[in-house]
Amino acid sequence: MAVVTYRDALTQALREELQRDDTVFLMGEEVAQYNGAYKVSKGLLDEFGPMRIVDTPITELGFAGVGVGAAMVGLRPIVEFMTWNFALLAIDEVVNAAAKMLYMSGGQYKMPMVFRGPNGAALQLSAQHSQAWESWFAHIPGLKVCTPGTPADAKGLLKSAIRDDNPVVFLEGEMLYNTKGEVPDGEHLVPIGVADLKREGDHCSVITHGKMALVAMRVADDLAKEGINIDVVDLRTVRPIDVEAIARSVQKTNRAVVLEEGWEICGMGSQVVDFIQRECFDDLDAPVLRVHQEDVPMPYAKNLERAAKPDAAKAIAAIKKVMYLD
Amino acid sequence: MATKVTMEALSPTMEEGRLVKWTKNEGDPVAAGDVLAEVETDKAVMELVARGDGVLRKRLANEGDSSPVGTLLAVIGTADENIDSIVGGAGASAPAAAQTGQAAQAAGGARATGPANQTVADTKEAAGQSAVPASPAQSQGEASTPPQQKAGGTGASPPAPRSAPPPPPRRPAAPPPQQQKGNGAHPTAQSAGGRQRTSPLARRLASEKGIQLGAIQGSGPGGRIVKRDIENARAAATTGMARSGAAERLAAEGDFKDVPLTQIRKTIARRLAESNGPVPTFFLTAEFDVSRAAEMRTQLAEMGDQYKASFNDIVIKAVALALAEHPEVNAHWLNDKIRQFNRIHVAMAVAVEDGLITPVLFDADRLSLWEISAKARDLAKRARDRKLMPEEYTGSTFSVSNLGMFGIDQFTAIINPPEAGILAIGGVEEKPVVIDGQLEIRQRMRVTMSCDHRVIDGATGAKFLQTLKGFVENPLSLVI
Repeated sequence: MAVVTYRDALTQALREELQRDDTVFLMGEEVAQYNGAYKVSKGLLDEFGPMRIVDTPITELGFAGVGVGAAMVGLRPIVEFMTWNFALLAIDEVVNAAAKMLYMSGGQYKMPMVFRGPNGAALQLSAQHSQAWESWFAHIPGLKVCTPGTPADAKGLLKSAIRDDNPVVFLEGEMLYNTKGEVPDGEHLVPIGVADLKREGDHCSVITHGKMALVAMRVADDLAKEGINIDVVDLRTVRPIDVEAIARSVQKTNRAVVLEEGWEICGMGSQVVDFIQRECFDDLDAPVLRVHQEDVPMPYAKNLERAAKPDAAKAIAAIKKVMYLD
Repeated sequence: MATKVTMEALSPTMEEGRLVKWTKNEGDPVAAGDVLAEVETDKAVMELVARGDGVLRKRLANEGDSSPVGTLLAVIGTADENIDSIVGGAGASAPAAAQTGQAAQAAGGARATGPANQTVADTKEAAGQSAVPASPAQSQGEASTPPQQKAGGTGASPPAPRSAPPPPPRRPAAPPPQQQKGNGAHPTAQSAGGRQRTSPLARRLASEKGIQLGAIQGSGPGGRIVKRDIENARAAATTGMARSGAAERLAAEGDFKDVPLTQIRKTIARRLAESNGPVPTFFLTAEFDVSRAAEMRTQLAEMGDQYKASFNDIVIKAVALALAEHPEVNAHWLNDKIRQFNRIHVAMAVAVEDGLITPVLFDADRLSLWEISAKARDLAKRARDRKLMPEEYTGSTFSVSNLGMFGIDQFTAIINPPEAGILAIGGVEEKPVVIDGQLEIRQRMRVTMSCDHRVIDGATGAKFLQTLKGFVENPLSLVI
């Protein structure tokens, strides 16, 4: 297996799907001539030309709407947002157009499109540009929401998303583009809605997704040295959620910590905990704890930003607490 | 976080214990489960084990000291932890009050983000529970002991069987902790308001394994019973015959039948109790011919030591078999009903220095004569050594007492409530007996059964003795 970056894995997925199906096209700000703000579309303009790799004006609502229209008439658009923080301007097209089209047209219009771009906090980008949006979109019936944490999952999920006939919100990790990992050679698809057990252990389940999956794996490796072995359930997709995987793990370990990048209130963890308390009530030996961003706009100051973000130390503290080790 | 080592209720009736010996010194590293000290209870010398890991930082009691249940005896903590507040809070004269303070601390700490009134309520619970002496398998945990299930009778009688904990009582308005302190002098003053906390998993496991939650102290926050507490209880219950869990034995569904009291039964119970004290007892005496039993004993002894059986063993086996045929005798009086047991657990009184104790032969009807003999010997020896676990001397459904070895030919024994009967066994004597018109010298033994008339009527008891006589006089029936 080749070791590639998360960025290159996404580029591979785009290239392979653009080659495979000529109804697939990419559009967004700076995706063509500049090779993408994060260089995910590097080389694609040269290979596929300006009809399929399309630079747009700075008009998120406008080009998202163009994408919806294109999907209605049989193309498979991939709409890139420079970050999901900018995508708020386009949310009407995502939520009210793309997510509703199949339903409101009585099944006449499929919506085979992908909205993709970086999500979550990077470093010192301050309050408006350091936000994790998955719980917003996971809330909406009609959408699928992918949050890959590793290069292999990024590639496999993006390919599945492009081939899916439903609108998929694809949340990449801004801090993940440079991370490396093994990606299977050849055709590699990851099914949407299937979690992955990234680490295995009997003592506690850590349920997570996106960038936090990496944190969870590091936590698992650190705790293993202390003799604490945890399951890391990487959801990979937060809508639909792989509830069977969560149940399997919690029924084995009897305790769980939900780790996510976003805020606490109505975060993904709320949904996971709700599921656990209903389906695993008699398996629980401790209340489920959550680790998440502090309930404040992300501070710009480095020290405050660090304090506000969920991290390995907070995750370890929560794990020890549910194991009654603190 | 420091773990407080408190005097635990190591027997069902223990209210205070004497610290016989420390087995760890200050500064020794300890792990949960390590024996910290030996404690003499009202029944036996028991081991007090650590409920947390760390270093034994401070010993607060001296060898030979007697302390009420709940008294802080020592503190386990990390090597550099500041334990002044814990040590300072231990008032030797008012352990319950001291614990209330600690409980307040513990509850406050655990609920730092909770609303203030909840913290107070938690404090009350923890405080209320902390002072309750009662069942086996107590531990110090953080600061509390779960409330105890009321035993069906008095003394060493087993807890009333049940398979699920009672619904939580409505929580009364919680007085502030300071007020608690004032009330805390009596160790059981707060027990009524406590609610036992159990994780859903622990509750399920306990139910599956037939473990009574009331007999377990939780090690989680606020005394919550968690999985490891159930596992520890399981481990304790399965390490050898020593920990056979009396409560567990009687709790399983199908192990007994409750008989509702009819009007006539209620009247009999009330009238006879008025006449004759709380347990209206009458006595039935019979003389058994044990010549054949004696012959069998001789022959068994010739087969080898492992086959040896005493008259006592033979009678116990016969009693167990007779009880199986007369479940109405194998019963407890529970005030509002009679509980007839399907399983037969025979207690035998053993004289020990300063008193007596009644170790139990569980499922005696299913034990072979040799097993009874071996177990009875082992139990008696360990009873005299004061090494019995509480589970080994509680949970009986019927009792026997034998004073034959003291040359007593006949006596009456006192019923151990809530049991309905006890059989007093006299010595074996050679006596002239007329058999078929001929005077013969036979080995004879007199037994007297004390019967609780609320449960057993004269004819019932007599029929039981008749069956028993059949077994004892035809001892081959005991070995097939």
